Amino acid sequence: MFFPISDAHISPLYLVIVGFVIGILGGFFGVGGSFIAGPALRVVGLDWNFAVGTDLAHIVGKSVVAVRQHRAFGNVDLKLGLIMAVGTIGGAEVGAQLIQSLKRAGNVNLVVSIVSIAVYVSISSFMIWESRKTLAAKKPLPPASAKGAKQDYSAFQHVTRAIQRLKLPPIVKLPASGVTISLWIILAVAFVGGLFSGFLGGGAGYIRMPSMVYVLGIPTHLAVGTDLFEIIISASYGTFTHAVKGNVDILIALVMHTGAAIGAQIGAISTQYFAGPKIRLAFVPLPLIGAAIVIYTLFTGHKL
Amino acid sequence: MRLEAKHLERMKKEAAKTLRAFLIELAIYAVLVVGYFFLVLHFLGQGLRQLEVYHRYTYAVVALLLIIGQAVLLQYITTFLLRVIRGRSD
Repeated sequence: MFFPISDAHISPLYLVIVGFVIGILGGFFGVGGSFIAGPALRVVGLDWNFAVGTDLAHIVGKSVVAVRQHRAFGNVDLKLGLIMAVGTIGGAEVGAQLIQSLKRAGNVNLVVSIVSIAVYVSISSFMIWESRKTLAAKKPLPPASAKGAKQDYSAFQHVTRAIQRLKLPPIVKLPASGVTISLWIILAVAFVGGLFSGFLGGGAGYIRMPSMVYVLGIPTHLAVGTDLFEIIISASYGTFTHAVKGNVDILIALVMHTGAAIGAQIGAISTQYFAGPKIRLAFVPLPLIGAAIVIYTLFTGHKL
Repeated sequence: MRLEAKHLERMKKEAAKTLRAFLIELAIYAVLVVGYFFLVLHFLGQGLRQLEVYHRYTYAVVALLLIIGQAVLLQYITTFLLRVIRGRSD
């Protein structure tokens, strides 16, 4: 099929399958899936700039479907998502500026590669340790502190509770998540996620989702749904700016999305059958795939 | 024990019914999507190309509206299909 905007010939079936796979991952883990979509679009000959922009547009559509499904299950904290969107956009701008500074210094590729490998491996190592420890403990679930809040338990909970006890005003109540916490901590978590998004590319859901669970104490199911809601806002912003720069082939995104629409629903529904620690354990390979792609790029010089 | 076995049996039947309904939905959805590729995208292609070249800001807004609109529409279609198929098999 010919796509006149990017001047590319790509099989629609291929795009639908890629969209379907990313849709499942996104719906289940609350990530954008750009670490798969970017290379998948590059492999079929799409220019790098179009791969990045088009992927963002597709992420918007997929996240809309997944969020609607998660919302039906009560897995979206709209208040938290809106606060986080502010921090994320601020962080993304600072991350992009950091990249520009490194470009001027002439060592952007090496620094970004080393930082991203360290971050990806650290997240995976920590999550595998925490989720296995939590599953092995077999402790009873703590009582939900708010009506409708999803129950969850983490071996890292003592640290999360200490963070929640920091009374740095203004304090924000999040009834949907059953959490009361300082606004500054929410903004800091969002800012760091946005910083990595601007610095490493993609939506950085692999950082934001775990930090929502471990730092803010949001139950895993709600972290997944809320992260997706937040992704809609940040990816829409990204889509708009990339489209203005001529980096979005919306026709490719629309075709990919036909597969993602089904995949995202399957992923979102599947979360209802798994406990929080199991979702976190299954999350572990995702940052490692990201690290493998960076290592491959570093050694071969081919950007996937 | 007997109650538990009955409950398990009912759950298995429910899961099988959901899977069957989902597969039928997937088949109908695939036909709709193929039709969509050849009709809608074919007609949209040149218009969007012109917009992308000459009116970038309008293109950016239209692109966002299209992807969000398609997301909402496809979810309504899949939910509707699933409800109809499950309703018929009950």
